[in-house]
Amino acid sequence: MALYHTEDQAMLADTARQFMSDEGTIAKQLRHWRDKQCKDGFGHALWKQFAELGFTGILVAEADGGLGMGHVEAGIVLEEIGRNLTPSPFLTSSVMAATAIGAGSADLRGRYLPGLLAGDSVFAVAIDEGPKHRPERIATRAERAGNGFRITGGKAFVVHGGSADMLVVAARTAGADDDNDGITLFAVPKDAAGLSQDAVRLVDSSMATHVKLDGVQVDADAVIGEVDAGRELLNRVLNAGRVGAAAESVGVAGGAFDMTTTYLKQRKQFGQLIGEFQALQHRAAHLYSELEIARASVIKAQQMLDAGSDKAELMVSVAKAKAGKAASLAVKEGVQMHGGIGMTDEYDIGLYMKRDRALSEFMGDMYYHAERVAQLSGY
Amino acid sequence: MSDLEAFRAEIRAWLEENCPPEMRQPARSDDDICWGGRKFQFKNEAQKLWLDRCAAKGYTVPDWPKPYGGAGMSPAEAKIWREEMNRIGARPPLSSFGIWMLGPALLKFGTEEQKVHYLNQIARGEIRWCQGYSEPGSGSDLVSLQTYGEDKGDHWVVNGQKIWTSYADKADWIFCLVRTDKTNKYQGISFLLFDMESPGVSTKPILLISGNSPFCETFFDNVKVPKHQIVGELNRGWDVAKYLLGHEREMISGAGGNDRLNTIGAFAKRNGLEDPLLRAELAMFDVDALAFSAMGEKFLDEIKVGKAHPAQPNMMKYAGTELNKRRHELLMAAGGSAALEWDSEASGGGSKARTWLRTKANSIEGGTSEVMLNVISKRILDLPGA
Repeated sequence: MALYHTEDQAMLADTARQFMSDEGTIAKQLRHWRDKQCKDGFGHALWKQFAELGFTGILVAEADGGLGMGHVEAGIVLEEIGRNLTPSPFLTSSVMAATAIGAGSADLRGRYLPGLLAGDSVFAVAIDEGPKHRPERIATRAERAGNGFRITGGKAFVVHGGSADMLVVAARTAGADDDNDGITLFAVPKDAAGLSQDAVRLVDSSMATHVKLDGVQVDADAVIGEVDAGRELLNRVLNAGRVGAAAESVGVAGGAFDMTTTYLKQRKQFGQLIGEFQALQHRAAHLYSELEIARASVIKAQQMLDAGSDKAELMVSVAKAKAGKAASLAVKEGVQMHGGIGMTDEYDIGLYMKRDRALSEFMGDMYYHAERVAQLSGY
Repeated sequence: MSDLEAFRAEIRAWLEENCPPEMRQPARSDDDICWGGRKFQFKNEAQKLWLDRCAAKGYTVPDWPKPYGGAGMSPAEAKIWREEMNRIGARPPLSSFGIWMLGPALLKFGTEEQKVHYLNQIARGEIRWCQGYSEPGSGSDLVSLQTYGEDKGDHWVVNGQKIWTSYADKADWIFCLVRTDKTNKYQGISFLLFDMESPGVSTKPILLISGNSPFCETFFDNVKVPKHQIVGELNRGWDVAKYLLGHEREMISGAGGNDRLNTIGAFAKRNGLEDPLLRAELAMFDVDALAFSAMGEKFLDEIKVGKAHPAQPNMMKYAGTELNKRRHELLMAAGGSAALEWDSEASGGGSKARTWLRTKANSIEGGTSEVMLNVISKRILDLPGA
């Protein structure tokens, strides 16, 4: 398959770009909700609009009422989200949780997907248990009790946890904390007894929670997929989240880069445009090159995931690491080249820097994924 | 069976029957590469047989038209040819600047007569070409070149000096940028072809830090060049050169992404990899290298349908060559003192060290990294005054 968008994908990109640059702008969304100290960190009205365009069900099977599209298409939406820093539960709900629920029973799909498709529901994914992404280690336990399971443990930095109607929780039903096997995924409703959440606002004004599971009782039908054999599904959810976050990073990087090159063509010092200085030109050109390469790695990973390639795992880690590296360079150069105004809250470039930091951390930073590249390559 | 499947079966069967076993092992050094030409000494019988068999079928230049010595393959068929070659690990039957550089320029700018004559010679490996571009005073600023061809009616008389002429001492003919109008900088250069055995041509190899001499100084002292040996119009050689430089940049940029999905970390581990910081550097490199191989694939896909930015080869050249230099720095570090051996048999005549040194030229030849960044700034980013 050629590494560029098909005509249908290009049309979707046009729609997403137009919509996000009209409705998802920094002024209308990110700053608006931030300045209101919104407890969700995003707008529910915008989420409804996502639903009207079909975006909320982009990865949901057509049989379940979704668009039945793939990671390339989800990535197209995410790139525009990244470019506009649009806060939304799209990545957690429509990409990660939808991947989990889509693999669940007809009953689970019927319970949760209609709300997602309508833009009425928000989901979160509770996997990590500490400040760094470490999904290999799952200490949260679920023990059989009555007709179902009793879940005990804690989850950290669950993005949109406080706004979610349901949390996809990865818990251990067998084995030791670091075992590969013995994982089960659960769909835990927000009002389940024993579930409590402490909200924290993050540097990018997004909201996350620390989740406490204190003997949370769920029925057997809350199990997503197979008991004890959830690692494979968990990996699918993680890969969806990683390649999605990588696509969003490409958008963040692209937005910061465009803003910066525009500034280089406007700002005058020493009687000339600063974009005329070769010292800045070469850094901008290098950055362009890094962004192009990151973009290529992301579409390659998306296509490989969609095709079910057995090398997809490696390329997903390459894409997450490379997009993170490129975006980090883009925001750092962006702030530096803007000079003093780059440090002010009034200018948007700093918002890109904050979002990049949170996005880099989400689902594994470049160090985590470079380590995975080494391991998957046998060294 | 579709046409392409039938084509694949046909190619596979032909290769099975015709590619000698010795030619199904990777080339170990420059010595194993078949460059062709009047002075070329075949390393063994198999190398000659492989060239002759491929040339007879047009397979040395599979996507060139048949009248010019090619096999007339479509892009899809040429891809199948490459895949089937890779499947059995077959070496290219012929490598040459004629195939990579002059050929594409002639296909675009040559007369019908020139195409039939020169392209067939290239395809059969009969004539080895070298490129006369850089001069001592004209490196990055190539357009300032001074080698001059004086108009003598039915021929030019060329005087001047070229430098960094790859394998000039082994080449039969040269494609050369010559000033034919001193009053016009860009539109005063012509693209001439001439025999290296013409009276007045002499070459002198340049010993490099790698201990090898792939480049020469080339001197022209009253060299007579007939008028029909010009490619493109008089004084419009810069157009040909620019087109060709694009090809050269694509070719060099390929160097960074050759090891598709094979990481150098895995390679380094064969000799033990005990240093955790080196392992970390290798992993970060492999992220960049694997991402760049996706970029290479994307770039080729986009070129096929005209989606690539016309200046994108400059980005590919910049990123690919910088990556390749980093690759060899890391391979030296992973190799330790064993990688320092200069001429022992065990080290393949110091191939690690010599290759490492050779890669330093990647970001100089065919336009330096700094020139590439200038071009990206100006033509892609549209930055002011660049």
